[in-house]
Order: sequence, then C-alpha cells, then structure tokens
Amino acid sequence: MAVTRYCTRTYLQDQRIFPSHSAKISLTLFVIFLVLLPAFAGQYLLLVASLCGIATISVLGLNILTGYTGQLSLGHAAFMAIGGYTVALTGEHFHLPFELNLILAGVVASIAGLVVAIPSLRLKGLYLIITTMAFQFIVEYVLLHWESLTEGERGIPIHAYSLFQLNLDDRSQQFYVVLVLAIAATILTKNLAMSRTGRAFVAVRDHDIAAEIIGVNLAKHKIMSFIASSFMAGIGGCLYAYVYQRITPEIFTFMVSIEYVAMIIVGGMGTVVGGILGACFMTLLPQFLGLIFGPLSSAYPFMSSRLGAINIMIYGMIIIFFLLFEPEGLFGIWIRIKNYWKPWPFKY
Amino acid sequence: MPHLEIRELFLSFGGIKALIDVSLSVEKGIIHAIIGPNGAGKTALLNCINGVYRPDTGRIEFGGHDLTRMKPDEIARLGVGRTFQNVELFRNMTVLQNLLLGRHNHFRSGLFRGGVHGYRNPEEVDHRKKVEEVIDFLEVERWRKAYVKNLPYGVQKRVELGRALCMDPEILLLDEPTSGMNVEETEDIARFILDIHEEIGTSIVLIEHDMGVVMDISHMVTVLDFGNKISEGPPHVVQNDPKVIQAYLGEEQERERKTA
Ligand SMILES: Nc1ncnc2c1ncn2[C@@H]1O[C@H](COP(=O)(O)OP(=O)(O)OP(=O)(O)O)[C@@H](O)[C@H]1O
Ligand SMILES: [Mg+2]
Repeated sequence: MAVTRYCTRTYLQDQRIFPSHSAKISLTLFVIFLVLLPAFAGQYLLLVASLCGIATISVLGLNILTGYTGQLSLGHAAFMAIGGYTVALTGEHFHLPFELNLILAGVVASIAGLVVAIPSLRLKGLYLIITTMAFQFIVEYVLLHWESLTEGERGIPIHAYSLFQLNLDDRSQQFYVVLVLAIAATILTKNLAMSRTGRAFVAVRDHDIAAEIIGVNLAKHKIMSFIASSFMAGIGGCLYAYVYQRITPEIFTFMVSIEYVAMIIVGGMGTVVGGILGACFMTLLPQFLGLIFGPLSSAYPFMSSRLGAINIMIYGMIIIFFLLFEPEGLFGIWIRIKNYWKPWPFKY
Repeated sequence: MPHLEIRELFLSFGGIKALIDVSLSVEKGIIHAIIGPNGAGKTALLNCINGVYRPDTGRIEFGGHDLTRMKPDEIARLGVGRTFQNVELFRNMTVLQNLLLGRHNHFRSGLFRGGVHGYRNPEEVDHRKKVEEVIDFLEVERWRKAYVKNLPYGVQKRVELGRALCMDPEILLLDEPTSGMNVEETEDIARFILDIHEEIGTSIVLIEHDMGVVMDISHMVTVLDFGNKISEGPPHVVQNDPKVIQAYLGEEQERERKTA
C-alpha cells in the first residue's frame, strides 16, 4: 500500500523536483556538511573533494549527451582539455580574471563541440563513437606535438589567480569555488532534464522516428546536446587546470574519456543523482585502491610494477559488474534504499 | 478546396511497387477513410505524407507546401499529427511526459531557459493545462503518471492519439486506431474520433479494417489494392462497388487456399 504524505493543489506543485519535505531537508543538511567540510578536513581530503566536484560538473555534461540524448562519446576528455588549455593560454598571455577565464573555457570547448557535432549528425551508434574517439586522439596529438603552443609533455604552469576576494591557491577556497560551481551545474542539469528541451533529448534517445513525427528537430537537438555537454566539460577542464596548477596532456587522455563513460554507467545513465554518485565513486576508488595497494607495494617491492595493472583490472570488473547486475547503476541502488525507508516509521 | 492533395504518387522498395499512381484529395474537416487488403500500401501512403518515406515521384500538397521535399519534423510543425499501427510511444516515459512531448512545438523556451527555469517556467504550467484537457477528453486520468510500457495495449493506443491531439493538429493521420481492441474499446475510439471531428473540426485520414467503424463514421472512403487506388466515394457507394468486393473476395479466397 502506498503512503500518501503530501497532496498537490496546483500543477506547479505537482511538477516540483522534490515532492516531499524530507528530501529537501536531507539535501540541505548535506550541503551544510559540505560547506563546513574545510573546517575539519585536511589539505589532502579537500583536494580529493574538489576533484569529486570537478568530475561531477564534467560528468553531468557527458550525461546530457550520452545519458539523456543517447549519443555515446569517447572524447569527453578532449573537450575538457580544450577548456583547460584555453585557460592556461589566456592566463599566460592575457592575464584575464578567473570568472572570465571560466566562461571562456566553456565557450571555446562548446565551439569545439559544435564542430564535432555537425559531421556527427548523420552518424549513429558505432560510427559516432569512432568519430568522437578520433577527435580525442587528434586533440591528444596536437597537445603533445604543437610544442610552441602547448609545451608538449611538460605542460603549462597555471599561476595563482584570485576570484573576487578568494585566493585560489588555497585548497579550502578552491573547494568552495568548485562546490558552488558543482551545485550550479547540478541545478542547471536537473532543470534542463525537466524542461521541454530535456524531454526532447530523451525522445531523441529512446525513439528518434517518433520524436521526428511529433516535430522534434533531431539535428538541432543533437547539436544543442553536444554544445551543453562540451561547455560543462570545458568548465571541468578549466577547474582541473586551477587545482593541479599545471596543465599537461596526461590529465586528459583517452583513458580519462573512458573513465567518464564508466562514471555514468556506474552511477546510472540519464539521471542527475546517478551522475554525481558515479563521479564521486570513480574519483574515490583510486584513492581507496591507493590506501590498500600503497602499503602492499612498499612491503613487496617486486609486485609494485603489477599493481597498476591490477588497478585497471578492478576498474574493468566494476564496470562489468554494473553492466551485468545493476544496469541502473548506483542510482538504482539509491532508489531501492529510498523506497525501503519510505514508509518509515510505519511498518507494513 | 482540398486540405491535403496527393497527386500521382509512386513509391517502390527495390522491386516491390508499394504505391502506383495514387491520387487523392482530402477535404477540409472531414473523416476520410482509407481501406484495402493487407499489404495494399495504406501505411506506406501515410508514411509518405509524414515524410518518413520519400516517394519516387509525385506531389503531396498541404497548406501551400510540397511535403515530399520536407523532413518529418517540419511536416509535423505544419500541423500533421500521426498515430501508428503498432503504437510508437516513448515507452520509458510517463503518459504525462509523452503528452507534453506532443506540445513540443508550442513551447517558446529553448536550451538556455530550460536550464535556468526548469519546471518553474510558466510555460510548463500552461502546457500542462492543455495536456490535462486532452487527458480528460480521452479519459486516461488514472494513468497520468504511469509508465507507458506498463499500460494495457488499448490504453497505449489512446495515449498515442492523445499525443497527436496535443500537437493541435490541422490534420490527423490515424493508422488502424482500433486494431487489437475488443468491441467496447473499438466503440470508445470511434466515439473519440467523432468527437474530435465535431468539437475541433480537424480533418482526419483514417486507415481502418473494421468495416462497421468505416461505414459509421467516415464521410469518404478510398480503397487501395496492391498499391493502386481501385475505388473512391461515400461509404455506401464504395461498399457496393464490384471492384472492391472482388479485391476483398480475392483476399478471402487466398486465405482459404492457405488454410486448406
Ligand atoms: N520499409 C519497407 N521496406 C520494404 N518494403 C516495404 C516497406 N514498407 C512497406 N513495404 C511493402 O510495401 C507494401 C505495402 O505495405 P503497407 O505496410 O503500406 O501495407 P498496409 O496496406 O498498411 O497493410 P496492413 O493492412 O497489413 O497494415 C507491402 O508489400 C510491404 O511489404
Ligand atoms: Mg498498415
């Protein structure tokens, strides 16, 4: 039997994101926790938390393209790279303020997104995947070999910048910037998903012929999805540049693109909560593996060369596990836990 | 003046000729039935109107446009609504979401406003009201938030009709809206079609196998057989046309030969 805890009187109420108060309250508590985090967390933990936030921003972008619109991309890291290098270069040569750099990173990446989207319109499935992958390799190649611009493998140092009164050299202030942007990205994505355009994205994904028949312009929506997705990737790349304080091609390899796809598979395709869970899970996983394997490899030095391979194997196994047993990802698990507790404190 | 005019349409798939020199005009505000044995080319004809299939030659005129040169979504924007023989809904969405998608082209806001306002966008509420009218009209209130894949087939067909209605179409193309339904459900659908015709005045092109429905509600009937138009006229005239009787008898004899 269902428990009715609330009733709605207007359509606006009926369409709300959080139908119940408890969801709102727990979310508020979670945000308060994050705001207070720098008070008790150390430098290292703050760095990891910032990385989670950056991955969240970026993965929400990929989720728009792949999760909602159904266009699988293996070149997400390339868009991040374009955002990151934009910042490095404009910072080096023009000394723009952080806010402007951030927007510029998004805009340049989304122009790249537009450039990739247009030839991809006629491509579906496998061909689209190959195209995005080719784009990834082209970007990687350019970053490595156009040394006069990118300084190749050595990369470009990012100098200290400040945003209003914040000093971005400081881990806790970095964390706040990332936190605010991650929250903004979450709200934007959730809004988008619940809007006309978001519904049309899902229509394109689920049944493109039916979408066309009701008047959804497929090309236009695929392009919009690419633009939104690469914009967020650009922002993510820009933030990586600030947090790492040096930008190198290594941050944005093909492996990273795969990791981002893994995040939305593990988290749950086409859901905002799933994207966040996936981003945090896949960012924390190497940290946990490091905790386990770090001491192991110093105790048994002869094994240390193999441990990297074991890391990748564990990644692969986790992805296969989710594909086989939990196709809805962590989001599916989350929903089941929620439904389990919903009737609380009533028992049936 | 005809609302939709099809002239000398030819369509073939490799060696198969699906439509051969089909001309047809649908008057404004009437219910125009298209009948014919299986494989006659009825669905293919609707697909040409929608832009899903490109005819080899011929013209399809609607509101001063030649539809044969347009993409399906452009045609939809002109006010052509469509339902399919085998329900083509978004199965993993709720009834509400499907119907709101039917309103897609009546929204003004795009990517940017969608991201900023989300569900608080006043447009969402306006269109929700329109969607609720359609829900009332088709009596699907209790399935509003149900996922389409979980609904009985008859209800799915009704929701698909609802999605087309949400488009505020000038003309509706309905492909066998009563197939797979029992007598009661068939009557409901026939009543809905009549109501749409009377209350909104939409022109309706209706493919239908149930002769009872065709005789009862249509003003005009076109008969296709093996891609050819073999007869046309008011229902009672077509019913007694020897060519039509021959076509359907031929089909029956075929069936008897197969079962024997
Ligand atoms: N996409 C296609 N590819 C190849 N042949 C097709 C295609 N669509 C239709 N045909 C052929 O065109 C002819 C007409 O098919 P159509 O589906 O229009 O028949 P119909 O009159 O709707 O029949 P039914 O009453 O069974 O729905 C058939 O011979 C069919 O095999
Ligand atoms: Mg058919």
